[in-house]
Amino acid sequence: MPADFISNLYVFILAGFVGFEVIRRVSPLLHTPLMSLTNALDAIVVVAAIIIAGRHETTLTTVLGAIAVAASFSNMVGGFLITDRMLRMFKSGRSKQS
Amino acid sequence: MTALALQQYLDFAYIIAVILFILSLRFLSSPASARWGVLAGEIGAALAVAATLFNPELVQYKWILIALIVGAGVGIPLGLVHMTAVPQRTALSHAFGALSAAMIGIAEYYVGTAPVTRFEMGEIALEVIIGSLTFTGSLIAAGKLQELLPQRPIVYRGQNIVSLSVLAGALGLAVALVVNPAHAMLFPVMVIVALIFGVLLVTPIGGADMPTVISLLNSYAGFSAALLGFVLNSKVLVVAGALDGSSGFILSLIMCKAMNRSFTNVMFGAFGQVQVSAAAQKEERVVRSATPEEAAAILAAANKVVIVPGYGMAVAQAQHKVRELYDVLTKKGIDVRFAIHPVAGRMPGHMNVLLAEADIPYDRLIEMDEINGDFAQTDVALIIGANDVTNPAARNDQTSPIFGMPILDVDKAHTVMVIKRSMNPGFAGIDNPLYYFDRTLMLFGDAKQFVGGIVRELTGGH
Repeated sequence: MPADFISNLYVFILAGFVGFEVIRRVSPLLHTPLMSLTNALDAIVVVAAIIIAGRHETTLTTVLGAIAVAASFSNMVGGFLITDRMLRMFKSGRSKQS
Repeated sequence: MTALALQQYLDFAYIIAVILFILSLRFLSSPASARWGVLAGEIGAALAVAATLFNPELVQYKWILIALIVGAGVGIPLGLVHMTAVPQRTALSHAFGALSAAMIGIAEYYVGTAPVTRFEMGEIALEVIIGSLTFTGSLIAAGKLQELLPQRPIVYRGQNIVSLSVLAGALGLAVALVVNPAHAMLFPVMVIVALIFGVLLVTPIGGADMPTVISLLNSYAGFSAALLGFVLNSKVLVVAGALDGSSGFILSLIMCKAMNRSFTNVMFGAFGQVQVSAAAQKEERVVRSATPEEAAAILAAANKVVIVPGYGMAVAQAQHKVRELYDVLTKKGIDVRFAIHPVAGRMPGHMNVLLAEADIPYDRLIEMDEINGDFAQTDVALIIGANDVTNPAARNDQTSPIFGMPILDVDKAHTVMVIKRSMNPGFAGIDNPLYYFDRTLMLFGDAKQFVGGIVRELTGGH
């Protein structure tokens, strides 16, 4: 088993616990924005896609990489945009009256 | 700057991005700080993307730039969709995320910078299978939510055996590739079989189960990104994928608990089949119905009103009329609150977003566990387009398919009013005994028009 795998497994397990603890605290009120926000964060795979597309090794890998860049970047842009739009709508009774 | 030093700067940028991502989710714990979460996430993502563009491995920027422009061109409209379209937009974004992860995995297989070891082959195969099935599965879910595909469960005899054989086929091909990574022609076959399995996985699932399915697909998309991080040895992907995956997983658990069902039951249970017989054997029973005038009079006389919204409110786009009703009643000094069942609507938190869009303050939106004790002191429970989540059969009828599901105890209110288009049983096809209670008034009609009618009565020249 490669050493990289073990260190990645450590990171994965720790990040999973952090995720669990942080997300457990998110109010059910915000579960829809939570899903669109994590979706936008997950779109960070765009960094791997950029490298595949930009290394330009074969036509096939460049095409696959470019599709991946477009798909994940659309999630990143759209995900942050809609999350912010949703969160802007949530107002408490007090702030509404002002 | 030497190449090595540059690489360290890049790693440092990724670490900052990861910290910002965790903070981003942390800010989401309260609606007051939540928008900071978006900002933190945006800064982290922008930093990571900008740093990546300096990666010395990049030799050609043309396709990157074109793809980024296309991505923004697709992403911006998808970020501006109407709030009622949020469930299908979310499903589509799971599809894009999974597509991206699958494409990168496939590309990594064909890059061939280093000979693929068996271990790496196993990682890539698993990642590509999960990414591919999540891609097609999410597309089917989006199609159902957009009503391009029928929302009812599509089932046939021996379905589970067929689906599981297809999955076994994909895994079998993966094993064959691990045993001998040189069998390159098996790889595309494996991808196709995994894509087919995604379709088979979601097709039989009905609309009422969408909150669970969308959460599960969320979790798959996240874990496929984390696996990709293993394949590429990229910690930032491992962390982001683990956060997304655990978020989807927690939401799936909450949804399953709110329906008193297990994962396997949602995925293989084909909800909605059993009920055909249950619906057929109902005898003719009397219901009491009321007009908007009568409903308005009852509401005007109440002190405490709880409104229970459901998918029907979303379909009728009635949330703005509901807000007018809320305003009128609140002005009369009536205490109006909203009872939110975790699986009301088509995705976690769906009702909250629609009501927030209509400018209803979020401190009026109360979760099931918090509000259930208050129904006994409630004068009127007004149900708008919700059905199964109010069905008392879930509490006391062991033969009901939804027996054991936690429900909103609306039947404890002094008067129950149900806005409903007709007496047709709800989405899952289960008859609701609530409608035949003495204290229940059925308000037949379109939710938007009926609520509008009540508002007119309450404000009109009386």
